[in-house]
Amino acid sequence: MTERNDWPLYEVFIRARGGLDHRHVGSLHAADATMAIEHARDVYTRRQEGVSLWVVRSSDIIASDPTDSDALFEPARDKVYRHPTFYDIPKEVETL
Amino acid sequence: MSAAAAPAPAAPSATTRVEYLLRLADTSLVLAQRLGEWVGHAPAIEEDLGLANTALDLLGQSRMLLSYAGTLEGAGRDEDALAFLRSEHEFRNATLAEQPNGDFGDTVVRQFLIDAYQLEVFERLAASSDTRLAEIAAKSVKETRYHLRYSSSWLIRLGDGTPESHARVQASLDRLWPYTRELCDPDELDRAMADAGIGADLHAVRESWLKRVDGTLAEATLRRPADGPYRWYGKQGRHSEHLGHLLAVMQHLPRSNPGAQW
Repeated sequence: MTERNDWPLYEVFIRARGGLDHRHVGSLHAADATMAIEHARDVYTRRQEGVSLWVVRSSDIIASDPTDSDALFEPARDKVYRHPTFYDIPKEVETL
Repeated sequence: MSAAAAPAPAAPSATTRVEYLLRLADTSLVLAQRLGEWVGHAPAIEEDLGLANTALDLLGQSRMLLSYAGTLEGAGRDEDALAFLRSEHEFRNATLAEQPNGDFGDTVVRQFLIDAYQLEVFERLAASSDTRLAEIAAKSVKETRYHLRYSSSWLIRLGDGTPESHARVQASLDRLWPYTRELCDPDELDRAMADAGIGADLHAVRESWLKRVDGTLAEATLRRPADGPYRWYGKQGRHSEHLGHLLAVMQHLPRSNPGAQW
Protein backbone atom coordinates (compact mmCIF):
# COMPACT_ATOMS: atom_id res chain seq x y z
CA MET A 1 0.00 0.00 0.00
CA THR A 2 2.95 2.32 0.45
CA GLU A 3 4.34 1.75 -3.01
CA ARG A 4 2.18 3.97 -5.09
CA ASN A 5 4.82 6.38 -6.27
CA ASP A 6 4.88 4.57 -9.58
CA TRP A 7 1.50 6.08 -10.41
CA PRO A 8 2.28 8.87 -12.87
CA LEU A 9 1.14 12.44 -12.42
CA TYR A 10 -1.75 13.84 -14.46
CA GLU A 11 -2.82 17.44 -14.96
CA VAL A 12 -6.54 18.12 -14.65
CA PHE A 13 -8.56 20.62 -16.69
CA ILE A 14 -12.20 21.45 -16.04
CA ARG A 15 -14.79 23.18 -18.19
CA ALA A 16 -17.03 25.01 -15.76
CA ARG A 17 -19.96 25.48 -18.18
CA GLY A 18 -20.75 24.81 -21.78
CA GLY A 19 -19.05 27.39 -23.99
CA LEU A 20 -16.18 28.13 -21.61
CA ASP A 21 -12.63 26.88 -21.97
CA HIS A 22 -11.21 24.01 -20.00
CA ARG A 23 -9.00 25.50 -17.30
CA HIS A 24 -6.18 23.93 -15.40
CA VAL A 25 -7.20 23.19 -11.81
CA GLY A 26 -4.47 20.95 -10.45
CA SER A 27 -2.91 17.54 -10.66
CA LEU A 28 -3.27 14.03 -9.26
CA HIS A 29 -1.77 10.56 -9.39
CA ALA A 30 -3.42 7.70 -11.27
CA ALA A 31 -2.40 4.39 -12.80
CA ASP A 32 -3.82 5.24 -16.22
CA ALA A 33 -6.10 7.62 -18.11
CA THR A 34 -9.34 5.92 -17.04
CA MET A 35 -8.41 6.09 -13.40
CA ALA A 36 -7.22 9.66 -13.86
CA ILE A 37 -10.68 10.73 -15.07
CA GLU A 38 -12.31 8.96 -12.12
CA HIS A 39 -9.89 10.54 -9.68
CA ALA A 40 -10.38 13.93 -11.28
CA ARG A 41 -14.13 13.55 -10.83
CA ASP A 42 -13.69 12.53 -7.20
CA VAL A 43 -11.05 15.10 -6.29
CA TYR A 44 -11.95 18.18 -8.33
CA THR A 45 -15.69 18.15 -9.08
CA ARG A 46 -17.16 17.56 -5.65
CA ARG A 47 -18.69 21.02 -5.54
CA GLN A 48 -20.19 21.13 -9.03
CA GLU A 49 -17.08 22.71 -10.49
CA GLY A 50 -17.65 21.50 -14.00
CA VAL A 51 -19.39 19.77 -16.86
CA SER A 52 -16.38 18.31 -18.64
CA LEU A 53 -12.95 17.02 -17.67
CA TRP A 54 -9.64 16.69 -19.48
CA VAL A 55 -6.65 14.91 -18.07
CA VAL A 56 -3.20 14.76 -19.58
CA ARG A 57 -0.02 13.10 -18.42
CA SER A 58 2.13 15.79 -16.86
CA SER A 59 5.14 14.34 -18.65
CA ASP A 60 3.40 14.99 -22.00
CA ILE A 61 3.30 18.71 -21.39
CA ILE A 62 6.21 20.57 -22.93
CA ALA A 63 6.93 23.62 -20.85
CA SER A 64 9.11 26.64 -21.40
CA ASP A 65 12.24 26.79 -19.32
CA PRO A 66 11.96 29.38 -16.51
CA THR A 67 15.61 30.35 -17.04
CA ASP A 68 14.67 31.39 -20.59
CA SER A 69 11.96 33.73 -19.49
CA ASP A 70 14.04 36.87 -19.95
CA ALA A 71 14.70 36.00 -23.57
CA LEU A 72 11.17 34.78 -24.21
CA PHE A 73 9.04 37.37 -22.50
CA GLU A 74 11.07 40.51 -21.76
CA PRO A 75 11.19 41.74 -25.36
CA ALA A 76 7.39 42.19 -25.38
CA ARG A 77 7.47 44.52 -22.41
CA ASP A 78 8.22 47.79 -24.29
CA LYS A 79 5.93 47.13 -27.25
CA VAL A 80 2.77 48.72 -25.98
CA TYR A 81 1.72 49.44 -29.58
CA ARG A 82 0.82 45.78 -29.87
CA HIS A 83 -2.21 46.41 -27.68
CA PRO A 84 -5.00 47.62 -29.95
CA THR A 85 -5.64 50.75 -27.90
CA PHE A 86 -4.45 53.39 -30.39
CA TYR A 87 -7.41 53.38 -32.75
CA ASP A 88 -10.20 55.93 -32.80
CA ILE A 89 -13.34 53.93 -33.02
CA PRO A 90 -16.10 55.57 -35.08
CA LYS A 91 -19.29 56.15 -33.13
CA GLU A 92 -21.27 54.14 -35.68
CA VAL A 93 -19.43 50.95 -34.77
CA GLU A 94 -21.44 49.34 -32.05
CA THR A 95 -19.63 46.09 -31.56
CA LEU A 96 -15.96 45.60 -32.09
CA MET B 1 -45.17 -5.97 -11.18
CA SER B 2 -48.43 -7.76 -10.33
CA ALA B 3 -50.25 -9.41 -13.23
CA ALA B 4 -53.21 -7.41 -14.48
CA ALA B 5 -55.64 -10.31 -14.14
CA ALA B 6 -54.68 -11.25 -10.58
CA PRO B 7 -56.94 -10.02 -7.81
CA ALA B 8 -55.57 -6.86 -6.29
CA PRO B 9 -53.50 -7.78 -3.21
CA ALA B 10 -54.28 -6.03 0.04
CA ALA B 11 -52.21 -2.86 0.31
CA PRO B 12 -49.23 -3.41 2.63
CA SER B 13 -49.66 -1.93 6.10
CA ALA B 14 -47.65 1.10 7.16
CA THR B 15 -45.57 -1.19 9.37
CA THR B 16 -44.65 -3.33 6.38
CA ARG B 17 -43.76 -0.30 4.30
CA VAL B 18 -41.60 1.15 7.08
CA GLU B 19 -39.84 -2.18 7.45
CA TYR B 20 -39.12 -2.25 3.72
CA LEU B 21 -37.75 1.30 3.76
CA LEU B 22 -35.49 0.41 6.69
CA ARG B 23 -33.98 -2.44 4.65
CA LEU B 24 -33.00 0.01 1.92
CA ALA B 25 -31.98 2.80 4.29
CA ASP B 26 -29.93 0.66 6.65
CA THR B 27 -27.93 -1.01 3.89
CA SER B 28 -26.88 2.42 2.61
CA LEU B 29 -26.26 3.76 6.12
CA VAL B 30 -24.15 0.86 7.36
CA LEU B 31 -22.13 0.76 4.15
CA ALA B 32 -21.55 4.52 4.41
CA GLN B 33 -20.24 4.04 7.94
CA ARG B 34 -17.88 1.29 6.76
CA LEU B 35 -16.55 3.43 3.90
CA GLY B 36 -16.09 6.32 6.30
CA GLU B 37 -13.62 4.15 8.21
CA TRP B 38 -11.30 4.43 5.21
CA VAL B 39 -10.96 8.19 5.51
CA GLY B 40 -7.32 8.92 6.22
CA HIS B 41 -6.36 5.29 5.58
CA ALA B 42 -6.97 4.67 1.88
CA PRO B 43 -4.00 3.64 -0.27
CA ALA B 44 -3.92 7.05 -1.98
CA ILE B 45 -5.48 10.41 -1.24
CA GLU B 46 -7.45 10.14 -4.48
CA GLU B 47 -9.01 6.86 -3.27
CA ASP B 48 -9.62 8.40 0.11
CA LEU B 49 -11.78 11.04 -1.57
CA GLY B 50 -13.40 8.53 -3.91
CA LEU B 51 -14.51 6.27 -1.05
CA ALA B 52 -15.67 9.25 1.00
CA ASN B 53 -17.71 10.57 -1.94
CA THR B 54 -19.46 7.23 -2.23
CA ALA B 55 -20.00 7.15 1.54
CA LEU B 56 -21.62 10.60 1.42
CA ASP B 57 -23.93 9.57 -1.43
CA LEU B 58 -24.99 6.52 0.57
CA LEU B 59 -25.49 8.60 3.69
CA GLY B 60 -27.69 10.99 1.70
CA GLN B 61 -29.79 8.07 0.45
CA SER B 62 -30.22 6.69 3.94
CA ARG B 63 -31.22 10.10 5.29
CA MET B 64 -33.99 10.49 2.72
CA LEU B 65 -35.20 6.92 3.25
CA LEU B 66 -35.08 7.14 7.05
CA SER B 67 -36.92 10.47 7.09
CA TYR B 68 -39.60 8.99 4.90
CA ALA B 69 -39.80 5.86 7.08
CA GLY B 70 -40.15 8.07 10.17
CA THR B 71 -42.99 10.00 8.53
CA LEU B 72 -44.81 6.83 7.50
CA GLU B 73 -44.32 5.33 10.94
CA GLY B 74 -45.92 8.39 12.54
CA ALA B 75 -44.35 7.78 15.93
CA GLY B 76 -42.34 10.98 15.99
CA ARG B 77 -38.99 9.37 15.10
CA ASP B 78 -36.87 11.42 12.71
CA GLU B 79 -33.85 10.29 10.67
CA ASP B 80 -31.52 10.80 13.64
CA ALA B 81 -33.67 8.80 16.03
CA LEU B 82 -33.82 5.97 13.52
CA ALA B 83 -30.11 6.03 12.73
CA PHE B 84 -28.73 6.52 16.22
CA LEU B 85 -31.26 5.20 18.68
CA ARG B 86 -32.06 1.77 17.29
CA SER B 87 -30.07 -1.23 18.44
CA GLU B 88 -28.52 -4.05 16.48
CA HIS B 89 -31.55 -6.33 16.16
CA GLU B 90 -33.63 -3.39 14.92
CA PHE B 91 -31.33 -2.74 11.96
CA ARG B 92 -32.48 -4.19 8.65
CA ASN B 93 -29.39 -3.81 6.47
CA ALA B 94 -28.09 -6.62 4.28
CA THR B 95 -25.46 -8.54 6.27
CA LEU B 96 -22.95 -8.01 3.47
CA ALA B 97 -22.89 -4.24 4.12
CA GLU B 98 -21.68 -4.64 7.71
CA GLN B 99 -18.74 -6.91 6.85
CA PRO B 100 -15.42 -5.36 7.91
CA ASN B 101 -13.36 -3.37 5.43
CA GLY B 102 -10.49 -5.86 5.43
CA ASP B 103 -7.92 -4.85 2.85
CA PHE B 104 -8.69 -2.58 -0.09
CA GLY B 105 -9.61 -5.63 -2.20
CA ASP B 106 -12.18 -6.79 0.37
CA THR B 107 -13.71 -3.34 0.33
CA VAL B 108 -13.79 -3.27 -3.47
CA VAL B 109 -15.51 -6.66 -3.68
CA ARG B 110 -18.10 -5.77 -1.03
CA GLN B 111 -18.72 -2.45 -2.76
CA PHE B 112 -19.02 -3.98 -6.21
CA LEU B 113 -21.52 -6.63 -5.11
CA ILE B 114 -23.70 -4.08 -3.33
CA ASP B 115 -23.40 -1.38 -6.01
CA ALA B 116 -24.55 -3.82 -8.69
CA TYR B 117 -27.42 -4.90 -6.46
CA GLN B 118 -28.49 -1.40 -5.50
CA LEU B 119 -28.43 -0.30 -9.12
CA GLU B 120 -30.86 -3.08 -10.08
CA VAL B 121 -33.08 -2.33 -7.09
CA PHE B 122 -33.11 1.46 -7.45
CA GLU B 123 -33.77 1.26 -11.21
CA ARG B 124 -36.91 -0.73 -10.45
CA LEU B 125 -37.93 1.42 -7.49
CA ALA B 126 -37.74 4.50 -9.71
CA ALA B 127 -40.98 3.11 -11.21
CA SER B 128 -42.53 2.34 -7.81
CA SER B 129 -46.17 3.22 -7.26
CA ASP B 130 -44.96 4.98 -4.10
CA THR B 131 -44.03 8.32 -5.60
CA ARG B 132 -41.80 9.48 -2.74
CA LEU B 133 -39.83 6.24 -2.88
CA ALA B 134 -39.66 6.54 -6.67
CA GLU B 135 -38.16 10.04 -6.35
CA ILE B 136 -35.52 8.89 -3.87
CA ALA B 137 -34.68 5.91 -6.07
CA ALA B 138 -34.38 8.04 -9.21
CA LYS B 139 -31.82 10.27 -7.48
CA SER B 140 -29.99 7.25 -6.11
CA VAL B 141 -29.73 5.55 -9.52
CA LYS B 142 -27.45 8.30 -10.82
CA GLU B 143 -25.20 8.07 -7.78
CA THR B 144 -25.12 4.30 -7.84
CA ARG B 145 -24.10 4.21 -11.51
CA TYR B 146 -20.93 6.04 -10.58
CA HIS B 147 -20.33 3.87 -7.51
CA LEU B 148 -20.55 0.80 -9.71
CA ARG B 149 -18.23 2.30 -12.29
CA TYR B 150 -15.66 2.97 -9.55
CA SER B 151 -15.90 -0.43 -7.87
CA SER B 152 -16.01 -2.33 -11.19
CA SER B 153 -12.93 -0.63 -12.51
CA TRP B 154 -11.03 -1.49 -9.32
CA LEU B 155 -12.30 -5.07 -9.36
CA ILE B 156 -11.04 -5.47 -12.92
CA ARG B 157 -7.68 -3.89 -12.08
CA LEU B 158 -7.13 -6.13 -9.09
CA GLY B 159 -8.54 -9.30 -10.64
CA ASP B 160 -6.72 -8.87 -13.92
CA GLY B 161 -3.64 -7.38 -12.26
CA THR B 162 -0.67 -9.14 -10.74
CA PRO B 163 -0.79 -12.80 -9.60
CA GLU B 164 -0.87 -11.55 -6.01
CA SER B 165 -3.71 -9.07 -6.53
CA HIS B 166 -5.66 -11.71 -8.45
CA ALA B 167 -5.28 -14.33 -5.72
CA ARG B 168 -6.14 -11.89 -2.97
CA VAL B 169 -9.23 -10.45 -4.61
CA GLN B 170 -10.45 -13.94 -5.55
CA ALA B 171 -10.09 -14.87 -1.86
CA SER B 172 -12.10 -11.76 -0.93
CA LEU B 173 -14.82 -12.78 -3.36
CA ASP B 174 -14.89 -16.35 -2.00
CA ARG B 175 -15.18 -15.01 1.54
CA LEU B 176 -17.91 -12.45 0.83
CA TRP B 177 -19.96 -14.30 -1.76
CA PRO B 178 -22.06 -16.29 0.78
CA TYR B 179 -23.47 -13.00 2.08
CA THR B 180 -24.98 -12.19 -1.31
CA ARG B 181 -27.51 -14.99 -0.90
CA GLU B 182 -29.79 -12.82 1.20
CA LEU B 183 -29.81 -9.93 -1.29
CA CYS B 184 -31.97 -11.55 -3.93
CA ASP B 185 -33.79 -14.09 -1.76
CA PRO B 186 -37.26 -12.61 -1.30
CA ASP B 187 -39.08 -13.22 1.96
CA GLU B 188 -42.75 -12.62 2.62
CA LEU B 189 -42.24 -8.90 3.12
CA ASP B 190 -40.27 -8.49 -0.12
CA ARG B 191 -42.97 -10.37 -2.01
CA ALA B 192 -45.83 -8.38 -0.49
CA MET B 193 -44.12 -5.10 -1.40
CA ALA B 194 -43.35 -6.27 -4.95
CA ASP B 195 -46.90 -7.54 -5.45
CA ALA B 196 -48.22 -4.16 -4.35
CA GLY B 197 -46.14 -2.45 -7.03
CA ILE B 198 -44.10 -0.61 -4.40
CA GLY B 199 -41.07 -2.85 -3.94
CA ALA B 200 -38.65 -4.44 -6.42
CA ASP B 201 -39.24 -7.96 -7.68
CA LEU B 202 -36.16 -9.72 -6.33
CA HIS B 203 -36.36 -12.61 -8.81
CA ALA B 204 -36.00 -10.15 -11.66
CA VAL B 205 -33.30 -8.32 -9.71
CA ARG B 206 -31.38 -11.55 -9.23
CA GLU B 207 -31.42 -12.37 -12.93
CA SER B 208 -30.01 -9.04 -14.08
CA TRP B 209 -27.72 -8.68 -11.06
CA LEU B 210 -26.11 -12.04 -11.80
CA LYS B 211 -25.71 -11.15 -15.46
CA ARG B 212 -23.99 -7.91 -14.52
CA VAL B 213 -21.80 -9.56 -11.89
CA ASP B 214 -20.79 -12.37 -14.24
CA GLY B 215 -19.86 -9.90 -16.97
CA THR B 216 -17.55 -7.92 -14.71
CA LEU B 217 -16.08 -11.01 -13.05
CA ALA B 218 -15.22 -12.38 -16.50
CA GLU B 219 -13.45 -9.14 -17.36
CA ALA B 220 -11.63 -9.32 -14.02
CA THR B 221 -10.69 -12.95 -14.74
CA LEU B 222 -12.37 -13.94 -11.47
CA ARG B 223 -14.46 -17.01 -10.79
CA ARG B 224 -17.93 -16.73 -9.26
CA PRO B 225 -18.02 -18.95 -6.15
CA ALA B 226 -20.76 -21.56 -5.79
CA ASP B 227 -23.72 -20.72 -3.58
CA GLY B 228 -23.49 -22.39 -0.20
CA PRO B 229 -25.47 -22.66 2.99
CA TYR B 230 -26.33 -19.33 4.50
CA ARG B 231 -27.65 -18.31 7.89
CA TRP B 232 -27.57 -14.54 8.14
CA TYR B 233 -30.64 -12.49 7.38
CA GLY B 234 -29.68 -8.97 8.31
CA LYS B 235 -32.78 -7.74 6.55
CA GLN B 236 -34.78 -9.57 9.22
CA GLY B 237 -32.54 -8.33 12.01
CA ARG B 238 -30.35 -11.44 12.22
CA HIS B 239 -26.87 -10.05 11.80
CA SER B 240 -23.29 -11.22 11.88
CA GLU B 241 -21.12 -10.37 14.89
CA HIS B 242 -19.80 -7.24 13.18
CA LEU B 243 -22.80 -4.92 13.27
CA GLY B 244 -22.75 -4.37 17.03
CA HIS B 245 -19.21 -3.00 16.93
CA LEU B 246 -20.02 -0.75 14.00
CA LEU B 247 -23.06 0.67 15.77
CA ALA B 248 -21.10 1.22 18.97
CA VAL B 249 -18.80 3.55 17.07
CA MET B 250 -21.49 5.14 14.92
CA GLN B 251 -23.93 5.78 17.77
CA HIS B 252 -21.52 6.60 20.56
CA LEU B 253 -21.77 10.37 20.37
CA PRO B 254 -25.55 10.87 20.11
CA ARG B 255 -26.16 8.19 22.74
CA SER B 256 -23.72 9.56 25.30
CA ASN B 257 -24.68 13.19 24.59
CA PRO B 258 -28.41 13.09 23.84
CA GLY B 259 -29.54 16.02 21.73
CA ALA B 260 -25.95 17.14 21.03
CA GLN B 261 -25.71 19.84 18.36
CA TRP B 262 -22.81 21.40 16.54
